[in-house]
Amino acid sequence: MFATDNIFKTICLICAGLVGLLMIGFFVQLALSSVGAWKEFGLSFLWSSEWDPVDEKFGALPSIIGTLLTTFIALVIALPLSFVSAFYLVDLPGAIGKILSQALDLLATIPSIIYGMWGLFILAPVMQTHVQPFMVDTLRLGKVPIVGRFLGEDYNGFGFFTAGLILALMILPYICAIMRDIFAMTPPMLRESAYGVGCTKWETAKDIVVRYGIRGLLGGVFIGLGRALGETMAVLFVIGNMTQMPSALFDSGTTIAATLANNFPEAAGIQQSVLFALGLILLIMSFGIQVFAQWYLNSTSAKRGEER
Amino acid sequence: MPNKVIVKNLNFFYGKSQALFENNIEIKEKKITAVIGPSGCGKSTHLRTYNRIFELYRNQSATGEILIDGENILDPGVDVLELRRKVGMIFQKPTPFPMSVYENVAYPIRLHFKLSKSEIAQRVEESLIGASLWDEVKDKLHHSGLALSGGQQQRLCIARAIATRPEIVLMDEPTSAIDPIATLKIEELLIHLKKQFTILIVTHNMQQAARVSDYTCFFYKGQIMEYNVTNDIFTNPQNKKTEEYITGRFG
Repeated sequence: MFATDNIFKTICLICAGLVGLLMIGFFVQLALSSVGAWKEFGLSFLWSSEWDPVDEKFGALPSIIGTLLTTFIALVIALPLSFVSAFYLVDLPGAIGKILSQALDLLATIPSIIYGMWGLFILAPVMQTHVQPFMVDTLRLGKVPIVGRFLGEDYNGFGFFTAGLILALMILPYICAIMRDIFAMTPPMLRESAYGVGCTKWETAKDIVVRYGIRGLLGGVFIGLGRALGETMAVLFVIGNMTQMPSALFDSGTTIAATLANNFPEAAGIQQSVLFALGLILLIMSFGIQVFAQWYLNSTSAKRGEER
Repeated sequence: MPNKVIVKNLNFFYGKSQALFENNIEIKEKKITAVIGPSGCGKSTHLRTYNRIFELYRNQSATGEILIDGENILDPGVDVLELRRKVGMIFQKPTPFPMSVYENVAYPIRLHFKLSKSEIAQRVEESLIGASLWDEVKDKLHHSGLALSGGQQQRLCIARAIATRPEIVLMDEPTSAIDPIATLKIEELLIHLKKQFTILIVTHNMQQAARVSDYTCFFYKGQIMEYNVTNDIFTNPQNKKTEEYITGRFG
């Protein structure tokens, strides 16, 4: 009896320890492999925007900015959409609700390469021939003072905006499914209390249900965020793959993940080390966001009325 | 004694199955009316028609009339949000909102009234005093409402319900989830509250009904079997079923 308990305990310990070891292992390996890049360029690698493989001058800034920009666009589009659809799905009656819920879960299983192909063959041409001309030529958004500065007037269907859009579609099912489950977990009596003091549906959603489930909701957002940050294939196909500083949303550009995928096959020497450095940056970014999320949730838990 | 609520021929349906049959009752103003009966007899269902909270669920419907101050609140034209301001509700378990103690009470006030910060603060204090909770929480107004004890949480919910200055307070087994001492506190509170509010309380506990209520109404299988002054119901029940229930032969 005790012997089996001990064996079980040891197995559990090894498995749990493996998780930590893997995490540390990744950091160490990326750090070691990127030593060359850090020695050559120092910390200025982070804010240098040069990318000249012939001269062997490299900077991470265009990739970092590209990653943040596409992720940001994706979240801006996906968050409100997933929030309202999740809230709707929870309240939907019988069969329709079940079917839509199933469809949502299925959407999350589509491999990212499919999104990439769809983006390359369908979305990018549609953006080029319909959406962008409409935004730029018909609505003349390019001439509107501030918006125009961000959108840009040149377009070819590829670029940050299209990549952000694809990413939004990819992370939407994840965020939405998690939000749906969180909403469904709200105790019915708490909902009734909110309606009971005279809340509308919208007030119940934003003031009571969201506050009640904020940990889970943010968890969903960060899963989406993490996926958008690291997504490679879908972005690679539609972002245009130019290592340059973005000046507008319709510009072609790159992300860390896309730069890695594009350059690893023929990288050697210092360039390989540079790519490992980019990988390390991406890992630290994802890690930093998780840590920040935890810290934020803990530091604001009293305000939300959580018992500590 | 004036009637606050007059219920006429109230029927209630969960989908196709009928849960209330031709309920007729007159609720007296500023009195406590206890609603008793065995589990599943329709007490809560009856209570939940007064603020139309049942409408949150698609397959539930009510027919008949519920006149509050002469206005039929089942009429589709009635402003439900205002109705729920006028008719507060307390549930089986304490349901503080995920907010601070102060915000729990201030939130419904802000929903219904445009008031300055100091007016809201004053009303929050009034409501907490009204729910005999002020002395216990005045130093931790900005702590979480969920950090209070169960009994305190239920009184917080009472403060929240009376903060919008309702006329009727519905209580659906308000003490079923809290300890006997906290229950006693709430029962004392009810006696205070009836000076201002008309109170309906669903309870499983017949001693509680006898202790706090002025009138008692006995439900059985969705029908109101007997409705009378509490003392008469418990000492001299007219209906055979009532007698069997209060003497503990079923329930």
